[in-house]
Amino acid sequence: MTDTAWIDLALVSARPQAMGALLRYFRNLDLAEEAFQEACIRALKTWPTNGPPRDPAAWLIFVGRNSGIDRVRRQSRETALPPEELLSDIEDRESELADRLDGAHYRDDILRLLFVCSNPVLPATQQIALALRIVSGLSVKQIARAFLVGEAAMEQRITRAKARVTAAGIPFETPDASERAERLAAVAMMIYLVFNEGYSAMNGPEGVSADLCDEAIRLARLLLRLFPAEPEIMGLTALLLLQHSRARARFDAHGAIVLLEDQDRQLWSLPMITEALAMIDKAMRHRRPGPYQVQAAIAALHARAERSEQTDWEEIELLYRALERLQPSPVVTLNRAVAVSKRDGPEAALALVEPLADRLSGYFYFHGLRGGLLKQMGRAREARVAFDRAIALATNAAEAAYIRKQLDHLAGEAGASHLHEDQQ
Amino acid sequence: MLYAVLCYNTEDVTSAWTKEQDDKVMRDLTAVQRKYVEAGKLGPVARLLPTTAATTLRHRPGETVVIDGPFAETKEQLLGFYLIDCASLDEALEFARELSAANPAAGSYEIRPLSLYKPGELAP
Repeated sequence: MTDTAWIDLALVSARPQAMGALLRYFRNLDLAEEAFQEACIRALKTWPTNGPPRDPAAWLIFVGRNSGIDRVRRQSRETALPPEELLSDIEDRESELADRLDGAHYRDDILRLLFVCSNPVLPATQQIALALRIVSGLSVKQIARAFLVGEAAMEQRITRAKARVTAAGIPFETPDASERAERLAAVAMMIYLVFNEGYSAMNGPEGVSADLCDEAIRLARLLLRLFPAEPEIMGLTALLLLQHSRARARFDAHGAIVLLEDQDRQLWSLPMITEALAMIDKAMRHRRPGPYQVQAAIAALHARAERSEQTDWEEIELLYRALERLQPSPVVTLNRAVAVSKRDGPEAALALVEPLADRLSGYFYFHGLRGGLLKQMGRAREARVAFDRAIALATNAAEAAYIRKQLDHLAGEAGASHLHEDQQ
Repeated sequence: MLYAVLCYNTEDVTSAWTKEQDDKVMRDLTAVQRKYVEAGKLGPVARLLPTTAATTLRHRPGETVVIDGPFAETKEQLLGFYLIDCASLDEALEFARELSAANPAAGSYEIRPLSLYKPGELAP
């Protein structure tokens, strides 16, 4: 680690608190962001000589607020910022601010900040982009890379998102209990979307997608520190940790998808799994199950199996039934069909999958799973049709390559199965 | 004389480490530990999971309250610690309850899951 790396870390970790407070103060995303940038520049100048302040977030809020006010007043040249050597001497005033900013303040500021980004007037992709820019402080270039779009296009998307949020009018007062619960759900969803963006963009530039997953986990942990007794936030954190624990095993050396059952479980991250299991344990004590907790419980059953043959499909099928009740969707039913196929064989699973055709006809995994089941049943010609549909719907190269492998496999068996089908 | 060395740091900062930064810190710490393992001086080494994974049992004579999150009562000091292998959080809480029942003073028991490291070796 370089000499100033600790400053970078302190700035990253103080960012949500400081941005939250500056946004409350200025009620303007751009102004709050500029004020925070200015405070960071000053921190980089003064902290190496003066050492870190007692409360970095309070220091950044104090300096950012002054610099923002200064910016607003600059034309009239009323007040200038204190000179550099005075800034190092603001300990007293900064301490006072740190004392006034108790945990509750920080909590509401951060929640407000996250809520602004997950404003329902924005489409999901804009929510994620805005959160990554404002809360996480990723550069437009980094975000553009993660979304696989050009920098100019992303800049435009973020500018548009900010404008829409401003136009929609943001509630800045401290949220009451029912509002807070509502916001918490919206924020949890936004964090989940950030994670999924990273998880599904695995064919993107190396590392970027993993960064988004890490960032989502960091935000989930932050939210849990603010609301330590919310079982669904525990479930969300556990779910993200379990999904991410398999990151190193999901692709082989050539970038091809490795299915869960074929993954080298030695590559799964044990510390992440341990933390997630502890979190599920905590959540269960509340006896208030929700969709994130159930999904985490399903992922935990995979994590607990040392070999894929030891997977408790019976229990997984029951959990998917619970999820269907809590959050009915054809995708959940499709996932339950996978558990059914493992437990009762492909015929039973296909019976569950076929009625979903209308609603999932544009969904890659529907055709992929259907093809796989048909293939298992020896119905090669129909399997080929299903795989062809899937390949047309693949969203990245790894998905397409996986289906192509299935098709090659079918072609390899072609002689035998053609004979078989001809005889029928 | 045996000594316990308790590690304190700002969790906001340590949880902002990337996996690479975290791995490097753990590797460097392991290298230090190994020297003392080879000298036969170092006992168990544990890394606690984040405070978000913590549960606290607060206890006054006659009543116990279980709360989520870490112990944060600054008037009290850390006086000791146990390492216990439990199948579930409930079992760990039961152990803490028995301790609190045996303990005449009011106080808290924080239950923090941990990933155990054999000193001088990294966890898989």
